[in-house]
Amino acid sequence: MSSTPGFSSGMSLDGNSGVDPTVSQFLLSLRGIAKNFGAVQAVQHVDLDVPAGQVTALIGDNGAGKTVLIKTVAGIWGPSSGQIYWNGEEVHIHSPREAEALGIATVYQDLALCDNLDIVQNMYLGHEETRFSMLDEIKMELATKKTLSELSVSTVKSVRQLVGSLSGGQRQAIAVTRAVMRDSKLVIMDEPTAALGVAQTAQVLALIRRLADRGIAVLYISHNLNDVFSVADRIAVMHLGTLVSHGPVANYDTTSAVELITTGETKRTPAASAPAN
Amino acid sequence: MSTPDQIEIPSHEDMSSQLTGELKKLWRGESGLIPIVIGLGALVIYFQVRSPVFLSAGNLTNLFIQATVFVLLGMAEIWLLLLGEIDLSLGYVAGISAAIATILVDPKYHWSVFIAIPLALLVAAAQGALSGTMVIKLRLPSFIVTLAGLLGWQGVLIYIIDKQNSGGSVSIQEKVLRNLVSGDLTVFATWVLVGVLVVLMAFFILRSDRSRRASGLEGRPFFISVLKIVGLAIAGLLMVLIFNTNRGSFIVLRGMPYALPIDFAVLAAGTFILTKTRAGRYIYAIGGNVEAARRAGVSVDRYRLLAFTLGGLTAGIAGLLYASRLGGASDAIDGGTLVLFAVASAVIGGTSLFGGRGKMIHAAIGGIIIATIYNGMSLIGMSVATQFIATALVLLAAVTIDSVARRGSTTS
Ligand SMILES: Nc1ncnc2c1ncn2[C@@H]1O[C@H](COP(=O)(O)OP(=O)(O)OP(=O)(O)O)[C@@H](O)[C@H]1O
Ligand SMILES: [Mg+2]
Repeated sequence: MSSTPGFSSGMSLDGNSGVDPTVSQFLLSLRGIAKNFGAVQAVQHVDLDVPAGQVTALIGDNGAGKTVLIKTVAGIWGPSSGQIYWNGEEVHIHSPREAEALGIATVYQDLALCDNLDIVQNMYLGHEETRFSMLDEIKMELATKKTLSELSVSTVKSVRQLVGSLSGGQRQAIAVTRAVMRDSKLVIMDEPTAALGVAQTAQVLALIRRLADRGIAVLYISHNLNDVFSVADRIAVMHLGTLVSHGPVANYDTTSAVELITTGETKRTPAASAPAN
Repeated sequence: MSTPDQIEIPSHEDMSSQLTGELKKLWRGESGLIPIVIGLGALVIYFQVRSPVFLSAGNLTNLFIQATVFVLLGMAEIWLLLLGEIDLSLGYVAGISAAIATILVDPKYHWSVFIAIPLALLVAAAQGALSGTMVIKLRLPSFIVTLAGLLGWQGVLIYIIDKQNSGGSVSIQEKVLRNLVSGDLTVFATWVLVGVLVVLMAFFILRSDRSRRASGLEGRPFFISVLKIVGLAIAGLLMVLIFNTNRGSFIVLRGMPYALPIDFAVLAAGTFILTKTRAGRYIYAIGGNVEAARRAGVSVDRYRLLAFTLGGLTAGIAGLLYASRLGGASDAIDGGTLVLFAVASAVIGGTSLFGGRGKMIHAAIGGIIIATIYNGMSLIGMSVATQFIATALVLLAAVTIDSVARRGSTTS
């Protein structure tokens, strides 16, 4: 299935008979996922494994199908065919709410924050703590401060600052932290650093790293290979709607990644001897 | 936490002292209230210089009663403005509420006022809900739906009043409805009411300060709280002095008109919903970024409908007080102008037309400013033409201050 055998770890199926036993090793496994819009085949035959506690980078050219694929996992739409396994169990995710109930949080590039609300209010939007059916502002503010400091987003001057007054990197940090507050097990991020400068990108990448260190699975889409190689544990490459390769980051270098992105295959196997994890 | 790569969220006001910080926040914070209050002060001084009657107890009481309908309709409109919507029909929703209550308690039908009033309010809420349903389900712009409402409800108002065959208006004989505005609390009850309100608010301010500190959160500095409470006490005392001064010429007339406690109650209820409940939080969120609210799992349509309904209900209350002030309901009630004053009250007070920013208190401030202009200008004998133009200028000034204030607060 992959043009570069050995790049894919944990793949054992060539046919489609029975359930792939490896799915139970991963937090999230996709098997044979396809999504078409009418006649347009946006995504086809994707088998992808996302382990807990690691950053999996999803890379690929414009229109390769990355966003379509993650929206399938996020419950925006169901797959046209294929199965999604969560902790080894097959699941059907019909809505963002259902994805959230499983512990899947998605941070879209437009972030979906309310500029007219402050940090605490945004953190808890839709999940407010109440006491006697009145908003429990103190409890929410304390928990927000706690999570921000655990993730070392510790120098917020005031968590009562309006989100509209934050910089792009700060907003990104808030959006990511919000995903963590909801006890997410998988955080999906679609180009979280696309609009950021160098320093703020570094900060967000550090935050992504800390999420993984807390045992959270991160699925991270980016066009910037430097960022990818600095933060990812695993890499998955999409080309024209198919997943052409995925495996530990050690199996790739910039040249092979670029070749995979642009042509869907590579002759180079820089770390073919590296043990697959 | 000591990770080297902390996300720095720099502070821009490290240098400024707490007090200037607080003042700045007041000045250009969410509300931009201070410039508005200064403007009001300037107006008051001008009118008092031109006409010494202006600050008399009798005239000020009158001014508060005039302000009531602007204040209540403004609060009704704020429910919609917070969503980024508008309800142009609220003036006639108020008119119909006035007509229903007035007609039902008329000797001709002789309904109990305690049934007539809730029924009128129910109809008003239903009218709001109807507009809301059309906006939500048919995805029509609220401006157009409620413009149709403005025309349609005016027709309905004329129809039900003219059905009475009493010359285009029905007057109120019934005591409770007639006294809703102009009946007065006793002097003693005025003291008690204002005293209780001030003590309650002081209690809430201090308690919220204390529970924040008890949880280890930094609160506003103590002297700011004290300043607030002292300010409230002074305002309360002034009110008592105004309302408890005899303003009658032939008979003794003292005490706070019922209109004010009704205003306070609606203001308190609206503020409570907006600041202390999920519903309020979601109304702000929808007005700020509807997509964010939706993705956060907020049932956007439900809360939009709620806001439209509360807008209708509040307009119904405004209608009852309007009928009480006019002593009846007529087919000439100008709901079109009323609703424009309602929007103006809200915006002059500091509520944004674009959704997500505003407070119930804004309508109270804006309504009082509009009433001040009208009251003062007719006292010094200015023409109606001048009054309209002056209101227009105040409205423009308020919106300008608001947008400047907002620019200031997003860059801070
Ligand atoms: N809602 C949709 N309806 C029809 N076609 C769609 C839809 N969404 C995406 N597509 C198509 O699916 C393909 C994959 O799009 P997708 O957004 O996943 O690309 P991407 O890998 O995220 O690219 P980029 O890096 O530019 O964001 C594209 O050809 C796109 O036109
Ligand atoms: Mg994309």
